[in-house]
Amino acid sequence: MSESIKLHYVVPGDDFTRAGAASGDVKRTLKQLGISPNAIRNVAIAMYEGEINMVIHAGGGEIDVEITEDKINMVLADQGPGIADVSLAMKEGYSTAPDNIRSLGFGAGMGLPNMKKYSDSFEIETELGVGTTLKLSVNIE
Amino acid sequence: MTVNDIKEILQAEIICRDDLMDRAVNSACGSDMMSDVLAFVKEQAVLLTGLVNPQVVRTAEMMDMHCIVFVRGKRPTLDMIEMAEDRDMVMLCTELEMFTSCGRLYEKGLRGGSGK
Repeated sequence: MSESIKLHYVVPGDDFTRAGAASGDVKRTLKQLGISPNAIRNVAIAMYEGEINMVIHAGGGEIDVEITEDKINMVLADQGPGIADVSLAMKEGYSTAPDNIRSLGFGAGMGLPNMKKYSDSFEIETELGVGTTLKLSVNIE
Repeated sequence: MTVNDIKEILQAEIICRDDLMDRAVNSACGSDMMSDVLAFVKEQAVLLTGLVNPQVVRTAEMMDMHCIVFVRGKRPTLDMIEMAEDRDMVMLCTELEMFTSCGRLYEKGLRGGSGK
Protein backbone atom coordinates (compact mmCIF):
# COMPACT_ATOMS: atom_id res chain seq x y z
CA MET A 1 0.00 0.00 0.00
CA SER A 2 1.92 3.04 -1.20
CA GLU A 3 -0.71 5.68 -0.46
CA SER A 4 -2.88 5.89 2.61
CA ILE A 5 -6.62 5.25 2.46
CA LYS A 6 -8.87 7.82 4.12
CA LEU A 7 -12.42 7.28 5.33
CA HIS A 8 -14.80 9.81 6.85
CA TYR A 9 -17.97 9.15 8.85
CA VAL A 10 -20.66 11.30 10.41
CA VAL A 11 -22.13 9.69 13.54
CA PRO A 12 -25.72 10.84 14.10
CA GLY A 13 -26.39 11.75 17.70
CA ASP A 14 -30.04 10.92 17.89
CA ASP A 15 -30.11 7.25 16.93
CA PHE A 16 -28.61 4.77 19.37
CA THR A 17 -29.61 1.82 17.19
CA ARG A 18 -27.33 3.01 14.38
CA ALA A 19 -24.26 3.56 16.57
CA GLY A 20 -21.57 1.17 15.43
CA ALA A 21 -22.43 1.33 11.73
CA ALA A 22 -19.21 3.22 10.95
CA SER A 23 -17.09 0.77 12.95
CA GLY A 24 -18.69 -2.13 11.12
CA ASP A 25 -17.88 -0.49 7.80
CA VAL A 26 -14.23 0.10 8.77
CA LYS A 27 -13.97 -3.51 9.96
CA ARG A 28 -15.20 -4.78 6.58
CA THR A 29 -12.80 -2.46 4.70
CA LEU A 30 -9.81 -3.63 6.76
CA LYS A 31 -10.78 -7.24 6.16
CA GLN A 32 -10.87 -6.64 2.40
CA LEU A 33 -7.38 -5.11 2.64
CA GLY A 34 -6.11 -8.27 4.32
CA ILE A 35 -5.09 -6.58 7.59
CA SER A 36 -4.36 -9.02 10.45
CA PRO A 37 -7.47 -10.12 12.41
CA ASN A 38 -5.95 -8.92 15.68
CA ALA A 39 -5.40 -5.37 14.41
CA ILE A 40 -8.88 -5.36 12.86
CA ARG A 41 -10.49 -6.33 16.15
CA ASN A 42 -8.54 -3.70 18.06
CA VAL A 43 -9.63 -0.99 15.63
CA ALA A 44 -13.24 -2.21 15.59
CA ILE A 45 -13.62 -2.29 19.37
CA ALA A 46 -11.86 1.03 20.02
CA MET A 47 -13.85 2.82 17.32
CA TYR A 48 -17.13 1.20 18.34
CA GLU A 49 -16.73 2.37 21.93
CA GLY A 50 -15.99 5.82 20.54
CA GLU A 51 -19.15 5.82 18.44
CA ILE A 52 -21.24 4.72 21.40
CA ASN A 53 -19.68 7.47 23.53
CA MET A 54 -20.48 10.09 20.89
CA VAL A 55 -24.14 9.08 20.88
CA ILE A 56 -24.46 8.79 24.68
CA HIS A 57 -22.57 11.90 25.70
CA ALA A 58 -22.01 14.29 22.81
CA GLY A 59 -24.98 14.32 20.44
CA GLY A 60 -22.95 12.63 17.70
CA GLY A 61 -19.73 13.59 15.99
CA GLU A 62 -17.36 12.81 13.15
CA ILE A 63 -14.74 10.13 12.66
CA ASP A 64 -11.77 10.16 10.31
CA VAL A 65 -9.86 6.97 9.66
CA GLU A 66 -6.54 6.77 7.86
CA ILE A 67 -5.05 3.44 6.89
CA THR A 68 -1.33 3.65 6.19
CA GLU A 69 1.26 0.98 5.53
CA ASP A 70 2.04 0.35 9.18
CA LYS A 71 -0.89 1.69 11.21
CA ILE A 72 -4.51 2.72 11.35
CA ASN A 73 -5.12 6.22 12.67
CA MET A 74 -8.51 7.32 14.00
CA VAL A 75 -9.63 10.82 14.93
CA LEU A 76 -12.99 11.00 16.72
CA ALA A 77 -14.22 14.53 17.21
CA ASP A 78 -17.40 15.81 18.83
CA GLN A 79 -18.82 19.13 19.90
CA GLY A 80 -20.32 17.78 23.08
CA PRO A 81 -20.00 19.06 26.65
CA GLY A 82 -16.34 18.01 27.06
CA ILE A 83 -14.94 15.85 29.86
CA ALA A 84 -14.64 17.59 33.24
CA ASP A 85 -12.11 15.20 34.76
CA VAL A 86 -10.18 13.11 32.25
CA SER A 87 -8.31 10.99 34.82
CA LEU A 88 -11.63 10.06 36.44
CA ALA A 89 -13.18 9.28 33.05
CA MET A 90 -10.24 6.97 32.31
CA LYS A 91 -10.90 4.97 35.47
CA GLU A 92 -12.57 1.61 34.84
CA GLY A 93 -16.08 1.59 36.22
CA TYR A 94 -16.53 5.37 36.41
CA SER A 95 -19.46 6.55 34.30
CA THR A 96 -21.66 9.60 33.94
CA ALA A 97 -24.07 7.82 31.58
CA PRO A 98 -27.74 7.98 32.57
CA ASP A 99 -29.67 4.88 33.70
CA ASN A 100 -31.49 4.49 30.39
CA ILE A 101 -28.13 3.92 28.70
CA ARG A 102 -27.25 1.24 31.24
CA SER A 103 -30.46 -0.56 30.38
CA LEU A 104 -29.19 -0.65 26.77
CA GLY A 105 -26.01 -2.49 27.82
CA PHE A 106 -23.58 0.42 28.03
CA GLY A 107 -22.53 2.99 30.61
CA ALA A 108 -20.42 0.55 32.62
CA GLY A 109 -17.55 3.02 32.73
CA MET A 110 -15.45 0.96 30.32
CA GLY A 111 -15.65 3.07 27.16
CA LEU A 112 -12.51 5.19 27.39
CA PRO A 113 -10.46 2.52 29.24
CA ASN A 114 -11.39 0.03 26.51
CA MET A 115 -10.38 2.49 23.79
CA LYS A 116 -6.99 2.96 25.42
CA LYS A 117 -6.58 -0.77 26.02
CA TYR A 118 -7.12 -1.69 22.39
CA SER A 119 -5.02 1.07 20.82
CA ASP A 120 -1.24 1.51 20.56
CA SER A 121 -1.42 5.25 21.04
CA PHE A 122 -4.21 7.26 22.64
CA GLU A 123 -4.63 11.01 23.14
CA ILE A 124 -7.54 13.06 24.49
CA GLU A 125 -8.06 16.75 23.88
CA THR A 126 -11.12 18.09 25.65
CA GLU A 127 -12.55 21.43 26.62
CA LEU A 128 -15.69 22.01 28.62
CA GLY A 129 -18.49 23.39 26.48
CA VAL A 130 -16.43 23.00 23.30
CA GLY A 131 -16.01 19.28 22.72
CA THR A 132 -13.67 16.32 22.76
CA THR A 133 -11.24 14.96 20.21
CA LEU A 134 -9.70 11.53 20.58
CA LYS A 135 -6.68 10.49 18.53
CA LEU A 136 -6.00 6.78 18.44
CA SER A 137 -3.80 4.54 16.42
CA VAL A 138 -3.43 0.81 16.08
CA ASN A 139 -0.26 -0.72 14.67
CA ILE A 140 -0.50 -3.23 11.86
CA GLU A 141 1.72 -6.18 12.76
CA MET B 1 -18.23 -28.13 20.71
CA THR B 2 -20.37 -26.92 17.79
CA VAL B 3 -23.18 -24.37 17.64
CA ASN B 4 -25.53 -27.34 17.28
CA ASP B 5 -24.25 -28.82 20.55
CA ILE B 6 -25.08 -25.52 22.24
CA LYS B 7 -28.58 -25.65 20.84
CA GLU B 8 -29.02 -29.19 22.21
CA ILE B 9 -27.51 -28.45 25.63
CA LEU B 10 -29.68 -25.36 26.12
CA GLN B 11 -32.79 -26.89 24.48
CA ALA B 12 -32.76 -23.78 22.34
CA GLU B 13 -34.73 -22.71 19.31
CA ILE B 14 -32.86 -21.61 16.16
CA ILE B 15 -33.84 -18.09 15.10
CA CYS B 16 -31.56 -17.66 12.09
CA ARG B 17 -28.71 -19.10 10.01
CA ASP B 18 -29.42 -22.77 10.63
CA ASP B 19 -26.91 -23.42 7.82
CA LEU B 20 -24.04 -22.53 10.19
CA MET B 21 -24.80 -24.97 13.00
CA ASP B 22 -21.66 -27.07 12.42
CA ARG B 23 -19.24 -24.28 13.29
CA ALA B 24 -16.84 -25.05 16.13
CA VAL B 25 -16.97 -22.85 19.22
CA ASN B 26 -14.39 -23.02 21.99
CA SER B 27 -15.33 -20.26 24.38
CA ALA B 28 -18.24 -18.09 25.49
CA CYS B 29 -19.19 -14.98 27.39
CA GLY B 30 -22.40 -14.31 29.33
CA SER B 31 -23.36 -10.70 30.06
CA ASP B 32 -26.07 -8.08 29.72
CA MET B 33 -23.42 -5.32 29.72
CA MET B 34 -21.94 -4.98 26.27
CA SER B 35 -19.04 -2.83 27.52
CA ASP B 36 -17.97 -5.75 29.71
CA VAL B 37 -18.13 -8.10 26.74
CA LEU B 38 -15.85 -5.70 24.86
CA ALA B 39 -13.49 -5.30 27.81
CA PHE B 40 -12.80 -8.65 29.32
CA VAL B 41 -13.00 -11.36 26.77
CA LYS B 42 -10.90 -12.42 23.83
CA GLU B 43 -11.44 -15.08 21.24
CA GLN B 44 -14.88 -15.92 22.46
CA ALA B 45 -17.28 -17.31 19.92
CA VAL B 46 -20.60 -17.31 21.73
CA LEU B 47 -22.44 -14.48 23.48
CA LEU B 48 -25.16 -15.33 25.98
CA THR B 49 -27.32 -12.36 26.91
CA GLY B 50 -30.71 -11.27 28.12
CA LEU B 51 -30.35 -7.89 26.45
CA VAL B 52 -32.40 -7.21 23.34
CA ASN B 53 -31.27 -4.32 21.13
CA PRO B 54 -29.23 -3.97 17.92
CA GLN B 55 -26.06 -3.19 19.87
CA VAL B 56 -25.95 -6.84 20.94
CA VAL B 57 -25.40 -7.80 17.30
CA ARG B 58 -22.89 -4.97 16.78
CA THR B 59 -20.91 -6.05 19.85
CA ALA B 60 -20.84 -9.64 18.62
CA GLU B 61 -19.75 -8.35 15.21
CA MET B 62 -16.81 -6.38 16.63
CA MET B 63 -15.70 -9.46 18.59
CA ASP B 64 -15.98 -11.85 15.60
CA MET B 65 -18.53 -14.01 17.39
CA HIS B 66 -20.38 -16.83 15.61
CA CYS B 67 -23.45 -17.21 17.78
CA ILE B 68 -25.74 -15.19 20.05
CA VAL B 69 -27.91 -17.01 22.59
CA PHE B 70 -30.83 -15.09 24.11
CA VAL B 71 -31.57 -16.44 27.58
CA ARG B 72 -34.66 -16.44 29.83
CA GLY B 73 -37.06 -16.47 26.90
CA LYS B 74 -35.94 -13.15 25.36
CA ARG B 75 -36.45 -12.84 21.61
CA PRO B 76 -34.55 -10.64 19.13
CA THR B 77 -36.41 -8.09 17.00
CA LEU B 78 -36.77 -8.46 13.25
CA ASP B 79 -34.08 -5.85 12.51
CA MET B 80 -31.67 -7.67 14.82
CA ILE B 81 -32.33 -10.95 13.03
CA GLU B 82 -31.64 -9.32 9.66
CA MET B 83 -28.37 -7.88 10.99
CA ALA B 84 -27.30 -11.31 12.29
CA GLU B 85 -28.15 -12.98 8.99
CA ASP B 86 -26.00 -10.47 7.10
CA ARG B 87 -23.11 -11.04 9.49
CA ASP B 88 -23.15 -14.85 9.35
CA MET B 89 -24.25 -15.25 12.96
CA VAL B 90 -26.52 -17.93 14.35
CA MET B 91 -29.16 -16.73 16.82
CA LEU B 92 -30.61 -19.09 19.40
CA CYS B 93 -33.29 -18.60 22.06
CA THR B 94 -33.56 -20.59 25.26
CA GLU B 95 -36.07 -20.44 28.09
CA LEU B 96 -33.26 -21.20 30.56
CA GLU B 97 -31.90 -18.44 32.80
CA MET B 98 -28.42 -16.98 32.33
CA PHE B 99 -26.91 -18.82 35.32
CA THR B 100 -28.32 -22.17 34.27
CA SER B 101 -27.36 -21.69 30.62
CA CYS B 102 -23.74 -20.81 31.46
CA GLY B 103 -23.56 -23.64 34.01
CA ARG B 104 -24.75 -26.25 31.56
CA LEU B 105 -22.29 -25.14 28.88
CA TYR B 106 -19.42 -25.00 31.38
CA GLU B 107 -20.27 -28.48 32.57
CA LYS B 108 -19.98 -29.73 29.00
CA GLY B 109 -16.51 -28.19 28.59
CA LEU B 110 -17.10 -24.69 27.22
CA ARG B 111 -14.94 -22.03 28.91
CA GLY B 112 -14.71 -18.26 29.23
CA GLY B 113 -12.71 -16.38 26.61
CA SER B 114 -9.86 -15.51 28.94
CA GLY B 115 -9.34 -19.22 29.63
CA LYS B 116 -10.02 -18.76 33.36
